[in-house]
Amino acid sequence: MAFDSLSAFIVMEGHGPYVWACYAVFAVLLGGMMLWSAKRNHSVIEACQRRYEADAKTSAQPNRNASATFARVEISQD
Amino acid sequence: MHPIRKKRLTIVLFLVAGLAIAVGLTTYALRQNINLFYDPSDIAAGNAPVDVRIRAGGMVEEGSVIRDPDSLKVEFRVTDFAASLQMEYVGILPDLFAEGQGVVAMGRMNANGRFIADQVLAKHDEQYMPPEVAEALERASRGQHKAADLEKAAESTAY
Amino acid sequence: MWQWFHKLGSPKWFFGIATRLMPWLLIGGLLLLAAGLVWGLAFAPKDYLQGNSYRIIFIHVPSAFLAQSIYISMAVAALVTLVWRMKLADVFVKAIAPVGLVFTFLALFTGAVWGKPTWGTWWVWDARLTSMLILLFLYGGVIALDRAINDEKSAARAVAVLVLVGVVNIPIIKYSVDWWNTLHQPATFKLTEKPTMPMEMWLPLLLSVLGLYLLFGWLTCLRMKTEILVREQRTRWVKELVLAGGK
Repeated sequence: MAFDSLSAFIVMEGHGPYVWACYAVFAVLLGGMMLWSAKRNHSVIEACQRRYEADAKTSAQPNRNASATFARVEISQD
Repeated sequence: MHPIRKKRLTIVLFLVAGLAIAVGLTTYALRQNINLFYDPSDIAAGNAPVDVRIRAGGMVEEGSVIRDPDSLKVEFRVTDFAASLQMEYVGILPDLFAEGQGVVAMGRMNANGRFIADQVLAKHDEQYMPPEVAEALERASRGQHKAADLEKAAESTAY
Repeated sequence: MWQWFHKLGSPKWFFGIATRLMPWLLIGGLLLLAAGLVWGLAFAPKDYLQGNSYRIIFIHVPSAFLAQSIYISMAVAALVTLVWRMKLADVFVKAIAPVGLVFTFLALFTGAVWGKPTWGTWWVWDARLTSMLILLFLYGGVIALDRAINDEKSAARAVAVLVLVGVVNIPIIKYSVDWWNTLHQPATFKLTEKPTMPMEMWLPLLLSVLGLYLLFGWLTCLRMKTEILVREQRTRWVKELVLAGGK
Protein backbone atom coordinates (compact mmCIF):
# COMPACT_ATOMS: atom_id res chain seq x y z
CA MET A 1 0.00 0.00 0.00
CA ALA A 2 1.40 3.37 -0.98
CA PHE A 3 -0.62 5.18 1.71
CA ASP A 4 -0.43 5.06 5.51
CA SER A 5 -4.15 5.37 6.24
CA LEU A 6 -7.53 5.47 4.57
CA SER A 7 -7.79 9.23 4.98
CA ALA A 8 -4.37 9.66 3.35
CA PHE A 9 -5.62 7.48 0.50
CA ILE A 10 -8.69 9.70 0.03
CA VAL A 11 -6.86 13.02 0.33
CA MET A 12 -3.88 11.89 -1.82
CA GLU A 13 -1.76 14.78 -0.60
CA GLY A 14 -4.20 17.32 -1.98
CA HIS A 15 -4.66 15.65 -5.38
CA GLY A 16 -7.65 13.60 -4.18
CA PRO A 17 -10.39 15.70 -5.79
CA TYR A 18 -8.72 15.48 -9.21
CA VAL A 19 -7.97 11.76 -9.05
CA TRP A 20 -11.32 10.75 -7.58
CA ALA A 21 -13.29 12.96 -9.97
CA CYS A 22 -11.62 11.20 -12.91
CA TYR A 23 -12.23 7.73 -11.53
CA ALA A 24 -15.86 8.58 -10.70
CA VAL A 25 -16.62 9.89 -14.18
CA PHE A 26 -14.82 6.90 -15.71
CA ALA A 27 -16.84 4.42 -13.60
CA VAL A 28 -20.15 6.15 -14.26
CA LEU A 29 -19.65 6.42 -18.03
CA LEU A 30 -18.21 2.93 -18.54
CA GLY A 31 -20.73 1.26 -16.21
CA GLY A 32 -23.59 3.30 -17.62
CA MET A 33 -22.66 2.41 -21.18
CA MET A 34 -22.45 -1.30 -20.31
CA LEU A 35 -25.79 -1.31 -18.45
CA TRP A 36 -27.52 0.74 -21.11
CA SER A 37 -26.27 -1.56 -23.89
CA ALA A 38 -27.42 -4.65 -21.98
CA LYS A 39 -30.81 -3.07 -21.32
CA ARG A 40 -31.27 -2.13 -24.95
CA ASN A 41 -30.38 -5.66 -26.04
CA HIS A 42 -32.96 -7.00 -23.62
CA SER A 43 -35.71 -4.65 -24.76
CA VAL A 44 -35.05 -5.46 -28.43
CA ILE A 45 -35.37 -9.18 -27.69
CA GLU A 46 -38.63 -8.57 -25.81
CA ALA A 47 -40.02 -6.41 -28.60
CA CYS A 48 -39.23 -9.16 -31.12
CA GLN A 49 -40.82 -11.77 -28.87
CA ARG A 50 -44.04 -9.74 -28.56
CA ARG A 51 -44.16 -9.26 -32.29
CA TYR A 52 -43.70 -12.94 -33.06
CA GLU A 53 -46.35 -13.90 -30.52
CA ALA A 54 -48.78 -11.35 -31.94
CA ASP A 55 -48.05 -12.66 -35.44
CA ALA A 56 -48.64 -16.22 -34.29
CA LYS A 57 -52.01 -15.26 -32.75
CA THR A 58 -53.30 -13.49 -35.86
CA SER A 59 -52.23 -16.28 -38.18
CA ALA A 60 -53.81 -18.88 -35.85
CA GLN A 61 -57.20 -17.22 -36.19
CA PRO A 62 -59.27 -18.25 -39.20
CA ASN A 63 -58.88 -15.67 -41.91
CA ARG A 64 -62.34 -14.16 -42.34
CA ASN A 65 -61.04 -11.39 -44.49
CA ALA A 66 -58.07 -12.72 -46.41
CA SER A 67 -57.43 -9.49 -48.32
CA ALA A 68 -56.52 -7.64 -45.10
CA THR A 69 -53.68 -9.91 -44.03
CA PHE A 70 -50.13 -9.62 -45.14
CA ALA A 71 -48.16 -12.64 -46.10
CA ARG A 72 -44.62 -12.15 -44.81
CA VAL A 73 -42.05 -13.83 -46.94
CA GLU A 74 -39.19 -15.00 -44.80
CA ILE A 75 -35.86 -15.12 -46.54
CA SER A 76 -32.92 -16.49 -44.64
CA GLN A 77 -29.96 -14.10 -44.91
CA ASP A 78 -27.19 -16.53 -44.26
CA MET B 1 -10.95 -10.85 -56.07
CA HIS B 2 -13.93 -9.81 -58.12
CA PRO B 3 -12.91 -7.09 -60.65
CA ILE B 4 -15.61 -4.69 -59.49
CA ARG B 5 -14.40 -5.01 -55.90
CA LYS B 6 -10.85 -4.48 -57.05
CA LYS B 7 -11.97 -1.31 -58.79
CA ARG B 8 -13.80 -0.05 -55.71
CA LEU B 9 -10.80 -0.83 -53.54
CA THR B 10 -8.47 1.11 -55.85
CA ILE B 11 -10.80 4.10 -55.90
CA VAL B 12 -11.15 4.17 -52.11
CA LEU B 13 -7.42 3.75 -51.54
CA PHE B 14 -6.60 6.51 -54.02
CA LEU B 15 -9.08 8.84 -52.33
CA VAL B 16 -7.64 8.20 -48.88
CA ALA B 17 -4.07 8.54 -50.15
CA GLY B 18 -4.91 11.81 -51.88
CA LEU B 19 -6.60 13.14 -48.79
CA ALA B 20 -3.64 12.12 -46.63
CA ILE B 21 -1.24 13.97 -48.95
CA ALA B 22 -3.45 17.07 -48.92
CA VAL B 23 -3.71 17.09 -45.13
CA GLY B 24 -0.01 16.35 -44.81
CA LEU B 25 0.96 19.30 -47.01
CA THR B 26 -1.46 21.61 -45.21
CA THR B 27 -0.18 20.73 -41.76
CA TYR B 28 3.39 21.03 -43.05
CA ALA B 29 2.67 24.51 -44.40
CA LEU B 30 0.98 25.51 -41.14
CA ARG B 31 3.60 23.92 -38.89
CA GLN B 32 4.64 27.25 -37.41
CA ASN B 33 1.03 27.82 -36.29
CA ILE B 34 0.56 24.25 -35.06
CA ASN B 35 3.64 24.53 -32.85
CA LEU B 36 2.33 25.59 -29.47
CA PHE B 37 5.42 27.56 -28.57
CA TYR B 38 8.70 29.01 -29.88
CA ASP B 39 11.99 27.44 -28.80
CA PRO B 40 14.67 29.77 -27.40
CA SER B 41 16.73 29.16 -30.56
CA ASP B 42 13.75 30.20 -32.73
CA ILE B 43 13.60 33.44 -30.77
CA ALA B 44 17.37 33.93 -30.88
CA ALA B 45 17.20 33.50 -34.67
CA GLY B 46 14.62 36.30 -34.79
CA ASN B 47 11.72 34.13 -35.92
CA ALA B 48 9.41 35.34 -33.16
CA PRO B 49 7.64 38.69 -33.45
CA VAL B 50 8.38 41.43 -30.88
CA ASP B 51 5.53 42.79 -28.72
CA VAL B 52 2.99 40.22 -29.93
CA ARG B 53 1.51 37.71 -27.50
CA ILE B 54 3.32 34.43 -28.15
CA ARG B 55 4.24 31.29 -26.26
CA ALA B 56 7.83 30.37 -25.56
CA GLY B 57 9.00 27.17 -23.96
CA GLY B 58 12.02 25.21 -22.91
CA MET B 59 13.79 23.98 -19.83
CA VAL B 60 14.41 26.22 -16.82
CA GLU B 61 18.17 26.60 -16.61
CA GLU B 62 19.79 25.26 -13.43
CA GLY B 63 20.70 28.07 -11.04
CA SER B 64 18.97 30.77 -13.07
CA VAL B 65 15.84 31.31 -10.93
CA ILE B 66 15.90 34.59 -9.01
CA ARG B 67 12.87 35.20 -6.78
CA ASP B 68 12.20 38.77 -5.66
CA PRO B 69 11.97 38.69 -1.85
CA ASP B 70 9.27 41.41 -1.65
CA SER B 71 6.90 40.35 -4.43
CA LEU B 72 5.85 37.40 -6.58
CA LYS B 73 8.25 38.46 -9.30
CA VAL B 74 10.46 35.70 -10.64
CA GLU B 75 13.23 35.85 -13.21
CA PHE B 76 14.67 32.80 -14.87
CA ARG B 77 16.34 31.64 -18.05
CA VAL B 78 14.77 29.08 -20.33
CA THR B 79 17.02 27.01 -22.56
CA ASP B 80 16.82 24.39 -25.31
CA PHE B 81 20.57 23.71 -24.89
CA ALA B 82 21.31 25.68 -28.08
CA ALA B 83 20.15 29.12 -26.98
CA SER B 84 18.58 30.58 -23.90
CA LEU B 85 15.99 33.24 -23.18
CA GLN B 86 15.59 35.51 -20.15
CA MET B 87 12.05 35.47 -18.76
CA GLU B 88 10.20 37.56 -16.24
CA TYR B 89 6.96 36.61 -14.53
CA VAL B 90 4.83 38.02 -11.73
CA GLY B 91 2.41 35.54 -10.20
CA ILE B 92 2.00 32.11 -8.71
CA LEU B 93 4.02 29.43 -10.48
CA PRO B 94 2.61 25.90 -11.01
CA ASP B 95 3.68 23.26 -8.45
CA LEU B 96 5.85 21.47 -10.98
CA PHE B 97 7.91 24.60 -11.74
CA ALA B 98 11.52 23.87 -10.81
CA GLU B 99 15.02 24.24 -12.19
CA GLY B 100 15.66 21.55 -14.75
CA GLN B 101 11.94 21.22 -15.56
CA GLY B 102 10.13 22.25 -18.73
CA VAL B 103 7.89 25.32 -18.95
CA VAL B 104 5.71 26.92 -21.58
CA ALA B 105 5.07 30.61 -20.97
CA MET B 106 2.61 32.98 -22.62
CA GLY B 107 3.70 36.59 -22.99
CA ARG B 108 5.51 39.17 -25.12
CA MET B 109 9.09 39.77 -26.16
CA ASN B 110 10.16 43.27 -25.20
CA ALA B 111 12.66 45.41 -27.10
CA ASN B 112 15.56 44.25 -24.86
CA GLY B 113 15.08 40.64 -25.83
CA ARG B 114 13.46 39.70 -22.51
CA PHE B 115 10.28 37.66 -22.43
CA ILE B 116 7.61 39.17 -20.17
CA ALA B 117 5.33 36.26 -19.26
CA ASP B 118 1.78 36.59 -17.99
CA GLN B 119 1.11 32.84 -17.70
CA VAL B 120 3.53 30.02 -17.00
CA LEU B 121 2.56 26.37 -17.56
CA ALA B 122 4.64 23.42 -16.45
CA LYS B 123 5.64 20.86 -19.07
CA HIS B 124 6.78 17.48 -17.90
CA ASP B 125 8.33 14.61 -19.80
CA GLU B 126 7.14 11.04 -20.26
CA GLN B 127 9.36 9.69 -17.46
CA TYR B 128 7.63 8.51 -14.32
CA MET B 129 9.42 7.08 -11.31
CA PRO B 130 9.01 6.68 -7.57
CA PRO B 131 10.60 9.42 -5.41
CA GLU B 132 13.21 7.00 -4.02
CA VAL B 133 14.37 6.08 -7.51
CA ALA B 134 14.60 9.74 -8.49
CA GLU B 135 16.67 10.45 -5.38
CA ALA B 136 18.94 7.49 -6.03
CA LEU B 137 19.43 8.61 -9.63
CA GLU B 138 20.32 12.10 -8.50
CA ARG B 139 22.72 10.76 -5.92
CA ALA B 140 24.29 8.54 -8.55
CA SER B 141 24.71 11.41 -11.00
CA ARG B 142 26.19 13.58 -8.26
CA GLY B 143 28.49 10.70 -7.37
CA GLN B 144 29.54 10.44 -10.98
CA HIS B 145 30.33 14.15 -11.08
CA LYS B 146 32.36 13.74 -7.93
CA ALA B 147 34.18 10.77 -9.43
CA ALA B 148 34.85 12.76 -12.57
CA ASP B 149 36.14 15.66 -10.46
CA LEU B 150 38.40 13.34 -8.51
CA GLU B 151 39.72 11.85 -11.73
CA LYS B 152 40.42 15.30 -13.08
CA ALA B 153 42.10 16.25 -9.84
CA ALA B 154 44.17 13.09 -9.99
CA GLU B 155 45.15 13.86 -13.56
CA SER B 156 46.17 17.40 -12.72
CA THR B 157 48.23 16.25 -9.74
CA ALA B 158 49.94 13.60 -11.83
CA TYR B 159 51.46 16.26 -13.95
CA MET C 1 -8.96 -18.20 -49.34
CA TRP C 2 -11.95 -15.87 -49.25
CA GLN C 3 -14.21 -18.45 -47.66
CA TRP C 4 -13.53 -17.49 -44.03
CA PHE C 5 -13.96 -13.87 -45.03
CA HIS C 6 -17.44 -14.48 -46.37
CA LYS C 7 -18.29 -16.63 -43.38
CA LEU C 8 -17.35 -13.65 -41.25
CA GLY C 9 -20.01 -11.74 -43.10
CA SER C 10 -22.77 -14.05 -41.91
CA PRO C 11 -24.75 -12.45 -39.08
CA LYS C 12 -25.93 -15.83 -37.82
CA TRP C 13 -22.40 -17.20 -37.58
CA PHE C 14 -21.23 -14.06 -35.79
CA PHE C 15 -24.15 -14.18 -33.38
CA GLY C 16 -23.17 -17.66 -32.21
CA ILE C 17 -19.48 -16.80 -31.80
CA ALA C 18 -20.29 -13.58 -29.93
CA THR C 19 -22.65 -15.35 -27.54
CA ARG C 20 -19.97 -17.88 -26.67
CA LEU C 21 -17.23 -15.25 -26.26
CA MET C 22 -19.14 -12.71 -24.18
CA PRO C 23 -18.96 -14.26 -20.68
CA TRP C 24 -15.17 -14.66 -20.98
CA LEU C 25 -14.71 -11.12 -22.23
CA LEU C 26 -16.85 -9.70 -19.41
CA ILE C 27 -15.26 -11.67 -16.58
CA GLY C 28 -11.71 -11.27 -17.89
CA GLY C 29 -12.20 -7.57 -18.57
CA LEU C 30 -13.71 -6.76 -15.19
CA LEU C 31 -11.01 -8.73 -13.34
CA LEU C 32 -8.10 -7.23 -15.26
CA LEU C 33 -9.47 -3.69 -15.06
CA ALA C 34 -10.24 -3.96 -11.34
CA ALA C 35 -6.80 -5.42 -10.64
CA GLY C 36 -5.07 -2.71 -12.70
CA LEU C 37 -7.02 0.17 -11.14
CA VAL C 38 -6.75 -1.00 -7.51
CA TRP C 39 -3.03 -1.63 -8.01
CA GLY C 40 -2.58 1.74 -9.67
CA LEU C 41 -4.64 3.68 -7.15
CA ALA C 42 -3.50 2.17 -3.89
CA PHE C 43 -0.29 0.18 -4.36
CA ALA C 44 1.81 1.75 -7.13
CA PRO C 45 4.37 4.23 -5.78
CA LYS C 46 3.73 7.92 -6.31
CA ASP C 47 5.63 9.84 -8.97
CA TYR C 48 8.69 11.83 -7.86
CA LEU C 49 7.49 14.92 -9.71
CA GLN C 50 3.69 14.87 -9.90
CA GLY C 51 2.95 13.07 -6.64
CA ASN C 52 -0.38 11.26 -6.63
CA SER C 53 -2.08 13.15 -9.46
CA TYR C 54 -0.27 10.89 -11.94
CA ARG C 55 -2.60 8.03 -10.86
CA ILE C 56 -5.05 9.43 -13.43
CA ILE C 57 -2.77 7.81 -16.04
CA PHE C 58 -4.33 4.40 -15.26
CA ILE C 59 -7.61 5.51 -16.83
CA HIS C 60 -6.38 8.29 -19.13
CA VAL C 61 -4.03 6.16 -21.21
CA PRO C 62 -6.40 3.14 -21.63
CA SER C 63 -9.24 5.48 -22.66
CA ALA C 64 -7.05 7.28 -25.17
CA PHE C 65 -5.74 3.95 -26.53
CA LEU C 66 -9.27 2.69 -27.08
CA ALA C 67 -10.48 5.96 -28.56
CA GLN C 68 -7.88 5.59 -31.32
CA SER C 69 -8.07 1.80 -31.75
CA ILE C 70 -11.84 1.95 -32.11
CA TYR C 71 -11.50 4.54 -34.84
CA ILE C 72 -8.89 2.47 -36.70
CA SER C 73 -11.09 -0.64 -36.52
CA MET C 74 -14.06 1.44 -37.72
CA ALA C 75 -11.97 2.59 -40.69
CA VAL C 76 -11.11 -1.02 -41.61
CA ALA C 77 -14.80 -1.90 -41.38
CA ALA C 78 -15.68 1.15 -43.49
CA LEU C 79 -13.27 -0.05 -46.18
CA VAL C 80 -14.94 -3.48 -46.10
CA THR C 81 -18.36 -1.82 -46.36
CA LEU C 82 -17.34 0.20 -49.40
CA VAL C 83 -15.46 -2.54 -51.25
CA TRP C 84 -17.24 -5.78 -50.32
CA ARG C 85 -20.63 -4.38 -49.21
CA MET C 86 -20.53 -6.66 -46.21
CA LYS C 87 -23.46 -5.98 -43.91
CA LEU C 88 -21.71 -7.07 -40.76
CA ALA C 89 -19.01 -4.42 -41.27
CA ASP C 90 -21.64 -1.70 -41.25
CA VAL C 91 -23.28 -3.25 -38.17
CA PHE C 92 -19.86 -3.06 -36.49
CA VAL C 93 -19.37 0.64 -37.31
CA LYS C 94 -22.81 1.57 -36.02
CA ALA C 95 -22.47 -0.52 -32.87
CA ILE C 96 -19.13 0.87 -31.73
CA ALA C 97 -19.21 4.53 -32.80
CA PRO C 98 -20.97 5.58 -29.54
CA VAL C 99 -18.43 3.54 -27.54
CA GLY C 100 -15.62 5.40 -29.30
CA LEU C 101 -17.31 8.68 -28.51
CA VAL C 102 -17.48 7.83 -24.79
CA PHE C 103 -13.81 6.78 -24.62
CA THR C 104 -12.67 9.88 -26.51
CA PHE C 105 -14.65 12.03 -24.09
CA LEU C 106 -13.12 10.15 -21.16
CA ALA C 107 -9.60 10.68 -22.51
CA LEU C 108 -10.25 14.41 -22.93
CA PHE C 109 -11.96 14.79 -19.55
CA THR C 110 -9.38 12.88 -17.53
CA GLY C 111 -6.66 14.73 -19.43
CA ALA C 112 -8.17 18.09 -18.54
CA VAL C 113 -8.55 17.21 -14.87
CA TRP C 114 -4.98 15.89 -14.83
CA GLY C 115 -3.69 18.98 -16.62
CA LYS C 116 -4.94 21.37 -13.96
CA PRO C 117 -2.65 20.24 -11.10
CA THR C 118 0.33 19.33 -13.32
CA TRP C 119 0.49 21.84 -16.16
CA GLY C 120 -1.49 24.59 -14.47
CA THR C 121 -4.31 24.69 -17.02
CA TRP C 122 -7.36 22.60 -17.94
CA TRP C 123 -6.95 23.10 -21.65
CA VAL C 124 -4.42 24.39 -24.13
CA TRP C 125 -4.77 24.42 -27.91
CA ASP C 126 -1.75 22.26 -28.62
CA ALA C 127 -1.68 19.76 -31.48
CA ARG C 128 -2.35 16.66 -29.33
CA LEU C 129 -5.34 18.07 -27.49
CA THR C 130 -6.83 19.70 -30.57
CA SER C 131 -6.53 16.59 -32.76
CA MET C 132 -8.15 14.55 -29.97
CA LEU C 133 -11.03 17.07 -29.88
CA ILE C 134 -11.37 16.62 -33.66
CA LEU C 135 -11.64 12.86 -33.05
CA LEU C 136 -14.53 13.53 -30.65
CA PHE C 137 -16.29 15.58 -33.35
CA LEU C 138 -15.63 12.84 -35.92
CA TYR C 139 -17.35 10.27 -33.72
CA GLY C 140 -20.23 12.70 -33.19
CA GLY C 141 -20.42 13.30 -36.94
CA VAL C 142 -20.50 9.56 -37.71
CA ILE C 143 -23.35 9.00 -35.25
CA ALA C 144 -25.31 12.03 -36.47
CA LEU C 145 -24.86 11.16 -40.16
CA ASP C 146 -26.07 7.63 -39.55
CA ARG C 147 -29.19 8.91 -37.79
CA ALA C 148 -29.84 11.56 -40.46
CA ILE C 149 -30.13 9.08 -43.36
CA ASN C 150 -33.12 6.76 -43.22
CA ASP C 151 -32.19 4.33 -45.95
CA GLU C 152 -29.93 1.68 -44.46
CA LYS C 153 -27.74 1.18 -47.52
CA SER C 154 -27.09 4.84 -48.29
CA ALA C 155 -26.48 5.53 -44.59
CA ALA C 156 -23.90 2.74 -44.53
CA ARG C 157 -22.03 4.16 -47.53
CA ALA C 158 -22.13 7.78 -46.37
CA VAL C 159 -20.91 6.81 -42.90
CA ALA C 160 -18.13 4.65 -44.38
CA VAL C 161 -16.87 7.56 -46.49
CA LEU C 162 -16.89 9.91 -43.49
CA VAL C 163 -15.03 7.37 -41.34
CA LEU C 164 -12.37 6.87 -44.03
CA VAL C 165 -11.91 10.61 -44.50
CA GLY C 166 -11.43 11.03 -40.76
CA VAL C 167 -8.81 8.31 -40.49
CA VAL C 168 -6.22 10.88 -41.60
CA ASN C 169 -6.56 12.35 -38.10
CA ILE C 170 -5.23 9.21 -36.41
CA PRO C 171 -1.53 9.53 -37.37
CA ILE C 172 -1.82 13.22 -36.54
CA ILE C 173 -2.94 12.36 -33.01
CA LYS C 174 -0.26 9.74 -32.60
CA TYR C 175 2.69 11.75 -33.91
CA SER C 176 1.56 15.26 -32.90
CA VAL C 177 3.82 15.14 -29.85
CA ASP C 178 6.84 14.25 -32.00
CA TRP C 179 6.18 16.47 -35.02
CA TRP C 180 5.33 19.71 -33.24
CA ASN C 181 6.01 21.56 -30.00
CA THR C 182 3.20 20.59 -27.67
CA LEU C 183 2.51 20.92 -23.97
CA HIS C 184 1.55 17.24 -23.93
CA GLN C 185 4.53 14.97 -23.32
CA PRO C 186 5.45 12.11 -25.69
CA ALA C 187 3.98 8.65 -25.17
CA THR C 188 4.85 6.73 -22.01
CA PHE C 189 3.15 3.46 -22.84
CA LYS C 190 4.69 2.10 -26.01
CA LEU C 191 4.39 -1.40 -27.32
CA THR C 192 7.55 -1.33 -29.38
CA GLU C 193 10.00 0.34 -27.02
CA LYS C 194 11.15 0.04 -23.45
CA PRO C 195 8.60 1.74 -21.18
CA THR C 196 9.63 5.01 -19.57
CA MET C 197 8.32 3.97 -16.17
CA PRO C 198 9.33 1.28 -13.69
CA MET C 199 7.55 -2.10 -13.65
CA GLU C 200 5.46 -1.35 -10.55
CA MET C 201 3.83 1.52 -12.47
CA TRP C 202 3.85 -0.07 -15.91
CA LEU C 203 2.23 -3.39 -14.98
CA PRO C 204 -0.96 -1.91 -13.47
CA LEU C 205 -1.20 0.29 -16.55
CA LEU C 206 -0.82 -2.77 -18.79
CA LEU C 207 -3.53 -4.60 -16.82
CA SER C 208 -6.00 -1.74 -17.12
CA VAL C 209 -5.30 -1.35 -20.85
CA LEU C 210 -5.89 -5.08 -21.44
CA GLY C 211 -8.98 -5.11 -19.20
CA LEU C 212 -10.53 -2.18 -21.00
CA TYR C 213 -9.85 -3.84 -24.38
CA LEU C 214 -11.68 -6.97 -23.20
CA LEU C 215 -14.61 -4.91 -21.91
CA PHE C 216 -14.67 -3.15 -25.26
CA GLY C 217 -14.83 -6.59 -26.89
CA TRP C 218 -17.80 -7.46 -24.70
CA LEU C 219 -19.53 -4.18 -25.55
CA THR C 220 -18.87 -4.77 -29.26
CA CYS C 221 -20.40 -8.28 -29.19
CA LEU C 222 -23.43 -7.12 -27.20
CA ARG C 223 -24.14 -4.03 -29.27
CA MET C 224 -23.60 -5.84 -32.58
CA LYS C 225 -26.01 -8.55 -31.45
CA THR C 226 -28.62 -5.91 -30.69
CA GLU C 227 -28.12 -4.30 -34.09
CA ILE C 228 -28.30 -7.67 -35.86
CA LEU C 229 -31.57 -8.51 -34.04
CA VAL C 230 -33.10 -5.22 -35.16
CA ARG C 231 -32.02 -5.67 -38.76
CA GLU C 232 -32.66 -9.38 -39.19
CA GLN C 233 -35.86 -9.76 -37.19
CA ARG C 234 -37.71 -10.91 -40.30
CA THR C 235 -35.46 -13.91 -40.81
CA ARG C 236 -36.31 -17.38 -39.63
CA TRP C 237 -33.11 -17.95 -37.61
CA VAL C 238 -33.71 -14.79 -35.54
CA LYS C 239 -37.31 -15.79 -34.95
CA GLU C 240 -36.33 -19.26 -33.78
CA LEU C 241 -33.57 -17.82 -31.62
CA VAL C 242 -35.76 -15.16 -29.97
CA LEU C 243 -38.58 -17.60 -29.29
CA ALA C 244 -36.01 -19.95 -27.72
CA GLY C 245 -35.00 -17.24 -25.26
CA GLY C 246 -32.88 -14.83 -27.31
CA LYS C 247 -29.45 -16.12 -26.31
